[in-house]
Amino acid sequence: MRLGIVLSEVGQGLRRNISMVVSIVLVTFISLTFVGTAILLQFQINQMKGYWYDRAQVAIYLCTDYDEGGNCNEAEATSQQKAAVKQALDSAPLAGLIDRYEFEDHDQAYQHYQEQFGKDDSAGFVTPDFLPETYWVNLKDPTQSDVVIERLANQPGVEDVVDQKKYLQPIFDVLNVSSLTAIGIAVLMLIAAVLLIATTIRLSAFSRRREVGIMRLVGASNRYIQTPFILEGVVASLIGSVLASGAIVAIVQSFVQGYLNASPSGVPFVGLREAFIVVPIVIVGGAALAAISGAVAIRRYLRV
Amino acid sequence: MIRFEQVSKVYPRNARPALNKVDLEILKGEFVFLVGASGSGKSSFLRLILREEAPTSGQIHVLGQDLRKLRGRKVPYFRRNLGVVFQDFRLLPQKSVFENVAFSLQVIGKSKGFIQEAVPDVLRMVGLAGKSSRLPNELSGGEQQRVAIARAIVNKPAILLADEPTGNLDPATSAGIMTLLGRISAGGTTIVMATHDAGIVDKAKQRVVELVGGQIVRDERQGGYQTQSVPVKLQAPPPKLPEMGTGE
Repeated sequence: MRLGIVLSEVGQGLRRNISMVVSIVLVTFISLTFVGTAILLQFQINQMKGYWYDRAQVAIYLCTDYDEGGNCNEAEATSQQKAAVKQALDSAPLAGLIDRYEFEDHDQAYQHYQEQFGKDDSAGFVTPDFLPETYWVNLKDPTQSDVVIERLANQPGVEDVVDQKKYLQPIFDVLNVSSLTAIGIAVLMLIAAVLLIATTIRLSAFSRRREVGIMRLVGASNRYIQTPFILEGVVASLIGSVLASGAIVAIVQSFVQGYLNASPSGVPFVGLREAFIVVPIVIVGGAALAAISGAVAIRRYLRV
Repeated sequence: MIRFEQVSKVYPRNARPALNKVDLEILKGEFVFLVGASGSGKSSFLRLILREEAPTSGQIHVLGQDLRKLRGRKVPYFRRNLGVVFQDFRLLPQKSVFENVAFSLQVIGKSKGFIQEAVPDVLRMVGLAGKSSRLPNELSGGEQQRVAIARAIVNKPAILLADEPTGNLDPATSAGIMTLLGRISAGGTTIVMATHDAGIVDKAKQRVVELVGGQIVRDERQGGYQTQSVPVKLQAPPPKLPEMGTGE
């Protein structure tokens, strides 16, 4: 019976302040969508890191007859030089860091090249001796690539030592910045949402000040008086968070899965599994935010 | 039942205290008139009993509770033992007579069965048995005040506080309200009533406490509105009484 009374009061309050309620719904909807997107971007970054760091290798390109850069002098790396590189990889300090490495000769490199670019017109001009022989090194810890570079960059017969991870860094930077931007916008919008909820609750309390005055007089408990007001904010914010959850799932479903993932790119994108982790965070977070800001607002306004 | 010990109340932005070292004891079942000019501290006195405010200094005991030690969370439960009536009735205009009285029971969590039984009882007691479905604006001032009294006593409080309950009513209607309050008092309820109405006080022959400038200047058994004896304290000027000519 008491629950019935409380709910009917919440309903009345929501109807009375319909314009404020709509603005709470919209502001929480937008802000929580940004929050959810930011979380999804972090998931995306972690997933890509895991995927790429497993594959990212340090490439030790050896000299060919056509190379002038590095330690080359337009002369193919000699077999002694190759052996010296191999020995450096097999001995301390590098051996402890290396998971495994393999050697790719001219013909294998040409084969890979054909696989990747064979359809291009320019591929016809490339011959195996253009493509450098390479040691592909997989590190146990991908962040330790500097040690390999330092040890082998000045080795005779080595054209260049390249950490492939550095090609990925700009991608992660862009994703990180977008994620931070989303969080920044979300924080601003959430501040607006909190203030709106507080204002709405005060308006609601003001329009019911007669009832509230009598309730206090006859000894209704604080919780009994305050709960309907707080629930008003929570209901409005819950509607916003449900809309935000819908938007997040829709973004993942149609944009990420339907558009980005439609063309096979080898990049692992976040899917519905991640979206369904974000949804409860958004809903619970939205409701908790409204409850806390509502409780603070009403406590300051309805002091006994 | 109610005991004030050296109670002072000073409001911010007002150097003159609303109550100044008031000592007073009101016993169970007493009917006490609180008289004095506007601003003499009557309303502050009632608000302190209700614990709407805390005293600046001094101790207040109500119903065996030290109000200073009463935690904020417990205040609502304390107030369930008090009934309050105001000059302006404070009814909810969109609720019927029955709903107005029932509301005060609903919000303290009384059961539907209890409400269905208690509300008609109390409406019969205040003489509104046939008008339970009327809205407040369909009632006369006296009837509205009866609704307010019904709301105040439906939970059978030990103390009834009345802040000028007849202030908006004509003499005949006021007399009816006083008869009702007399009946409630006879039932054992302690009543503290602040009033300007000389005729009522003179006729009732009850205890009269007079406040001037926040101090008690008179405390008489069976007193009248104006003093018939030497004031207990003389430092304050004699009160200017706003006589409204509301004699018998």
